[in-house]
This record gives sequence, C-alpha cells and structure tokens, in this order.
Amino acid sequence: MALSRDQMAIRVARELQDGYYVNLGIGIPTLVANHVPEGMDVMLQSENGLLGMGPFPTEDQVDPDLINAGKQLVTTAKGASIFSSAESFAMIRGGKVDLTVLGAFEVDVHGNIASWMIPGKLIKGMGGAMDLVAGADNIVVMMTHADKYGNSKLLPQCNLPLTGAGCITQVLTDLAYVEIRDGKFHLVERAPGVSVEEIVEKTAGEMVVPDHVPEIQF
Amino acid sequence: MAGFDKVVNTYEEAMAGLEDGMTVIAGGFGICGIPENLINQIKKMGTKELTIISNNCGIDGFGLGVLLEDRQIKKMVSSYVGENKLFEEQLLSGQLEVELTPQGTLAEKMRAAGAGIPAFYTATGYGTDIGKGKDVREFNGRKYILEESIPGDFSIVKAWKADRYGNAIYRNTAMNFNPMAATAGKICVMEVEEIVEPGELDPMYIHTPGIYVDRLIQGTFEKRIEKRTVREG
Repeated sequence: MALSRDQMAIRVARELQDGYYVNLGIGIPTLVANHVPEGMDVMLQSENGLLGMGPFPTEDQVDPDLINAGKQLVTTAKGASIFSSAESFAMIRGGKVDLTVLGAFEVDVHGNIASWMIPGKLIKGMGGAMDLVAGADNIVVMMTHADKYGNSKLLPQCNLPLTGAGCITQVLTDLAYVEIRDGKFHLVERAPGVSVEEIVEKTAGEMVVPDHVPEIQF
Repeated sequence: MAGFDKVVNTYEEAMAGLEDGMTVIAGGFGICGIPENLINQIKKMGTKELTIISNNCGIDGFGLGVLLEDRQIKKMVSSYVGENKLFEEQLLSGQLEVELTPQGTLAEKMRAAGAGIPAFYTATGYGTDIGKGKDVREFNGRKYILEESIPGDFSIVKAWKADRYGNAIYRNTAMNFNPMAATAGKICVMEVEEIVEPGELDPMYIHTPGIYVDRLIQGTFEKRIEKRTVREG
C-alpha cells in the first residue's frame, strides 16, 4: 500500500536529530512537526523571520503580528527568536539550517527540482523555495511518486521550470525512499507491500535497485 | 522640537512628494506588518504608474490590494502574488507587470540598496529561469548569479514603537521586510502604533536606528488576519 500523508511524515521525521534547526515547506511537509520523536528537541524555522515556531494559538493567544511563512497564525516555542527577512535568509543561504523538507512537482536524476510553476496556469511565485534549495545542504523532497494522471514525477529531466539545479539528493514518495547520486535514482526503501517492480515501473528516470530493498517499518 | 524630530502629524504630510511613476518599497509579509494607513493615503492621492517592491500585493480590499482598484500599480516586484482576484485579472489582461523575485533575494536587494551595495552574487536561482541573462561567476567551485539591488524613491514601513527621532522597534513577525525596506528608499516614511520621547526606548533594543527614518507618524491599525488558524484551548 502506498504511504498515507502521515506515514510519509513519520518516515521523514526519522531524519531529524536532537538539536536540529528545521525548515518545513507548506503542505505535506508541515505534518513532519507532528511526528518529532519523544525527547528530541527540534526548532522549526519559518522564513518570514521566526526560529522556534510553536503550535497554532488558542483563541486567547491570537496575535495578528505572529504568523508563519504560510501566513497562518502561530505561537513561539520556548527559546524562540524573531528577526528580519534578510536575517532569515542569511541563515538559510549560509547553510545554517540542518534539514529542509519541501514538496515538488518533479525531481530528476540530476538532482534538479521543479516545484513552483506550471506554465499555462497562473504563476503565483516561488516565495522562499529557490533560496531554500540553493542554501540548504540537507534537503528531503516529499511528494507523491506519480501525479494524479499517473505520470511519474521522478524523471530523466525535469519538464517544468526549475526551482533549483543539482541540489536534491533525497526523495520520499508515497511508494519509496529514493536517493539521487551519479545521475541516477537509487531505491533505498519501499512502502510496505509495494513491489520493487511497481516502483521501477512508476519511475521514469533511471533507477538503480540493490538486491535487497527493505520495507519502511511502522 | 526640531533637529532630529521626525514626527509629522498628517498622512498628507507623510506621503508628500510621491509622484506618478515613482518606485515605492513597502515592508510587510502577506498582510502582517504592513503600513496600512500609508497605503490608504497613496490610494487617496491617486498616484499612478507606481512600481511597488513588496513581498506580496495584499489581498482584495486590504493592504496593497487597494491600489489595484484604481490601477495605480504599473509593476510589482514580489516573491509571491495572486492572493487577490483583482491582481490576477490585471496580470492576465496585461495591465499589470510582475517581476517575480525569490524571497531571500528580494530581502537582500533591499538590504543591499540601503547599504550602498549595487549588486551581489547569490546561488539562489542559478540554473533556473531567474538566472537567465544574469552574470554568472564561480567561487570555490560553486556557481552564483549577480543580482542588482533595488533602491526606491519612497520606503513605507510599519513598526510597533518609535521615539520621535525615529529609533524603532518591531513587534513579533510583523518585523519581516520592514527593517530592510526602511533603508532602501530615498525618503523613508514610518508609521507606528506608539510614538514615545527620545530616551524612553533602551538603545540596546532598537531594530531600526533613526538615521534611516525621514518621516514618522502614529496611526491606528486594523491588523487583519489572512489565515485564522486557531486550536482548541
């Protein structure tokens, strides 16, 4: 069975380490925050200028001056700091954020990512995504393996306009955990009950398959 | 009081000198920390053909979105737009030009403009459409594109408190682009929730020093919320 959104978040959360500063993109990546392992301290960075993002406020905590990068009301966690957008992107560009998780439309064997624009549809903008992929060393892309028409999103070459070139090395889809190196996808883990054949069939780019591909355990 | 006193008493005074075709750099992220009343004053003045540098363009009926109603904006330089229908309409019909700029690059373009730096190299956008036609240089084995800073004729910013000299403090994430925007315009107009006497704010906690601020006005703010995410208490 393909992984649910929460199962995807649980798997990505295993990449967290105690003391990590983490930026979670809008959409499915935000679910990772719900699965931080017990006893582990992780600080969430929100690129509008907040390090140490807390949960949504209760009604009596609502503060219009305190939002996240998705423009949602939030709170501050203990030990948080607040700063300007320039400072925020300085820490991103400077490679200080330990882990970045973001969604994508397409990823290819060269580590290119397309996540911000579909020609013909209204272009809303890249927000901070281009800065994040250019600045971070440790990025996990979280997306479905195929689009809603069944087309593979793991390609020999991205078709859509790029968000960043050669910057992606790890992809977690609803079917598999895949690494990118040497111009190829490498199958590392598979969703429980999903066959290697199915994954390979749904991967348009070249995929290297080791002898043993363990199932992701829950 | 004169000398370093930056206080003006009316919004007419605050935005005096803004003319058709000028470039205005605005603070704010979404509709958080936006100079609401200065934007409304620009609407009242009816100034046209404006280029606005701001991360977003407000929403329908609030923030920079109100300047679309009378087609006062010629061009937006932003990282994310399209939260408003009017924006979409004017973009699709060609009445409005948009230059999409990555958020960190936009912040740095403002910061650099205020710091007298005409351009800077960044890895952001290299290998993408944003990097097309821009100078590329390699440093330590990595490729970077040259991005130019964006000075403006006017800066319009919102802070929480300032003293009469314009030394200002922002509140929570309403800071966002405001400190950089404040430095990037030839004339910086700041509106705040409270103006205090010089000496009342601890110099150690000033975010924007008064040297950047030309005109200061106290206003009242609606602070509309774009996404009201609340959890059970």
